[in-house]
Amino acid sequence: MRELALNVLDISENSLSAGARLVTLELEADFGKDRMRITIEDDGCGMDEEMLARVTDPFTTTRTTRKVGMGLPLFKYSAESAGGSFSISSQKGKGTRVSAEYQIGHVDRMPLGDFGGVVLQLVTMNPSVDFLVRVRTDGGEGTLDTRELRGILGEDIPLGAPEVRAFLKEYIQENLVSLYGGRL
Amino acid sequence: MKSLEELRALREKMKSQIDNRSVASTDETVIKVGMATCGIAAGARPVLDALLDEADKRQLHNVSISQTGCIGMCRLEPIVEVFQEGQKYTYILMTPEKARKVVVDHIVNGNPVKEYLIGEQ
Repeated sequence: MRELALNVLDISENSLSAGARLVTLELEADFGKDRMRITIEDDGCGMDEEMLARVTDPFTTTRTTRKVGMGLPLFKYSAESAGGSFSISSQKGKGTRVSAEYQIGHVDRMPLGDFGGVVLQLVTMNPSVDFLVRVRTDGGEGTLDTRELRGILGEDIPLGAPEVRAFLKEYIQENLVSLYGGRL
Repeated sequence: MKSLEELRALREKMKSQIDNRSVASTDETVIKVGMATCGIAAGARPVLDALLDEADKRQLHNVSISQTGCIGMCRLEPIVEVFQEGQKYTYILMTPEKARKVVVDHIVNGNPVKEYLIGEQ
């Protein structure tokens, strides 16, 4: 993984396989304090304490094709090697919350990468899941809520329709990505 | 600045086009891109973007592009699977450029790109 945005995509895929109906992505950056935080929260099936304790071990996975799972370990590593911290909490049947904090100016902090592209992909490729995406920086706050978008579009037009996709691409760029510009 | 008002206007515009589109959705080709940790790390996202972009540019309405989990051959990722007329074609070690070629040669013109298929290397 060379971009934090790809970690976000990867962890969100976990939420999707956990049967989440709503996935909340939060990106917060405080340039004054040189800190940023990424949070992924879902209302999926969650996990018990025993699984939670093992989940950042690369030799733990829910998939059946391999005995290794690198998603959470890589995300954890990305934070801990960049002057930050990682946390995960979960409740069986309620959902899971994963959060990683970084020192923005740390020499080993991975660039955020194409966060807007990842948001676009998640929102347009998962017709049965809702996403709430929030970006908060010193410069302001922006939100994208697919429940709101679906309310406007109605049932017959999917978020993945090419025209809607083109709209969302610009919407995400102007309302979310522009808040941090090229600074992350 | 893009606002949700524009989305409302877009919806009205699209509603009138929906009827003629549903007619064209027979003979659907399904394309799946592996999007687990292995796929993402190997560059599946740009591949997916290239497929969507090419399908959009060529207005391919009878093609559905989606993502899937780990296909099980992590070292051959990014993997793109094409399902057509009951047949499955597995393209391996994909790049955005290869993906565009698959759309043009295979999806549009019906000639699978043999050299990218699994087992051909």
